Amino acid sequence: MSMGVTTPLAGYLLVAALLFAIGLAGALVRRNAILVLIGIELMLNSANLNLIAFWRFGPHPEALTGMMFAIFSIAVAAAEAAVGLGLVIAIHRQSNTTELDKINRMKG
Amino acid sequence: MNVVFYLLAAITIGGGLAAVLLKHLVHCALATTVAFAGLALLFLQLDAQFAGFAQILVYIGAVAILIVFAILLTRGSELPKDGVFSRSWFVGLVIAAGVFAVLAWAVLQSVRAVPQQTAAPAVTVRDIGNALVGRYVLPLEIVGLLLTAATIGAVIVAMHEKERPR
Repeated sequence: MSMGVTTPLAGYLLVAALLFAIGLAGALVRRNAILVLIGIELMLNSANLNLIAFWRFGPHPEALTGMMFAIFSIAVAAAEAAVGLGLVIAIHRQSNTTELDKINRMKG
Repeated sequence: MNVVFYLLAAITIGGGLAAVLLKHLVHCALATTVAFAGLALLFLQLDAQFAGFAQILVYIGAVAILIVFAILLTRGSELPKDGVFSRSWFVGLVIAAGVFAVLAWAVLQSVRAVPQQTAAPAVTVRDIGNALVGRYVLPLEIVGLLLTAATIGAVIVAMHEKERPR
């Protein structure tokens, strides 16, 4: 099964790390607030992949710890997405833009 | 490490890259959906059926739709005039590359020390349900409260505010 240095767990962890870096780059590099939220979602998802991989290859999968953590994390991420996108829509209504460089007033 | 894993990893990473790099916001949303689907398939490949289907329901079913709604409501489908990347894009890229280098180094250094189960865990949805209403009932209640509060909060934040009389 294992080829060279990589075990299955290492493969999943590397995919998660790469996806986390991509999400981080998206959140840091893009101008649009919605793209920043997409980047944050990708980062949360890569953390979930870590949790599930450790649950699958860890010593006690019947305790369901990693699985439960991932399920609750999915629920919290859904709440975060709803509130974040609601905020983006409210900001767009106030200042008529979603470009982060142009949102520079705290009072509408 | 088989062919299926590499295929699913390529779909996920490709979707993520396209989501971050594409110019048009609607294309970005579609690429994000591809990345979410790839992750759900990776969960299924890891014998986590419940988490995989929850991922499909929550992310492809709800979050992707929310993102498309937000893009169309904010007229994000129009291309901005002065580029899609911020002025300090190089710094962000360097930070992300550094984070990936550190994470990959840590994974490759330490993963051989972790004892690894190779047999698929025999966990059914019934076990997950029993755990949710047994040991994890308090977090479940808190998540229910959080989702209620978040739904009400999102509606209030995004609701059209009427002009207040002065």
